[in-house]
Amino acid sequence: MRIPILRLDRILLVSIQEDLTDDEAMQFQSDLVNRVAEVEALGVAVDITALDVVDSYMARVINDTASMVRLLGAEVVICGIQPFVAMTLIEMGRDLIGADCAFNLEQGLEMLRARIVHRGDTRFTGDEDD
Amino acid sequence: MPGDPSLHAPPHPGHCSLAIPITGERDVMHAARKARQMAEHLGFSRAQAYHVATATSELTSNMAVHAGGGTLHLRPLIDTDGTVTGLELKAEDQGPGIADLELAMTDGYSTARRLGCGLPGASRLMDEFSIRSTPGQGTRIKAIKWRHSRPADRS
Repeated sequence: MRIPILRLDRILLVSIQEDLTDDEAMQFQSDLVNRVAEVEALGVAVDITALDVVDSYMARVINDTASMVRLLGAEVVICGIQPFVAMTLIEMGRDLIGADCAFNLEQGLEMLRARIVHRGDTRFTGDEDD
Repeated sequence: MPGDPSLHAPPHPGHCSLAIPITGERDVMHAARKARQMAEHLGFSRAQAYHVATATSELTSNMAVHAGGGTLHLRPLIDTDGTVTGLELKAEDQGPGIADLELAMTDGYSTARRLGCGLPGASRLMDEFSIRSTPGQGTRIKAIKWRHSRPADRS
């Protein structure tokens, strides 16, 4: 299973629908990182609303991917962590997810937009903002 | 291996134990789902059920990745009067074993690609946690979630 990467102008959207095997996780990482570089994405929203189980491996994949994307110069927001998943992650250990988070994709996109505007990136042409 | 004296509750005929073979990573998701379903069926809170599912994912993915597979046993613990007291997870494999258990239970330690909190994380999600491992012969991990251990979790 390959995770589709949707493009909204220079923002990329990915939604992880189920737990990934090692190979899928590596594929996802390299697909996303390459795509970010290719389109010089300004922001990436990773939606994990559908995940019931985020174990230490998934947490690491999400974190590593976020770090790689940031290294390239894009902003990242993790969207839709479920309440029980949050409780479980904190019980397992602190700092499992170090990236910024938002309640849902919509708020994640707003956050990305605000960040991009804040850092003065005028290349952002997603809307009529000045 | 002989039974553990800390386990006093025999399985009740109404609640079936499950043995789930773990041969690859695909089985990990299945096992976690089954563990969650069983926990919810036994009347655990949702928070507890998520904890059990995630601990199951840690233990079974360890088996899939490090031991070439194994078996996960899910067993309801039931009192003589029929009350569900807990849920036991037992992960058994015939893999290479864990050379240094203390190290494996240390946060931040990982032999491969993990974040290094798989086993310690799983132990924090459960109420009781024990490992026996013999290098060259395999590993057996037993973990229990008590149903009423944390009244604050119940919903």
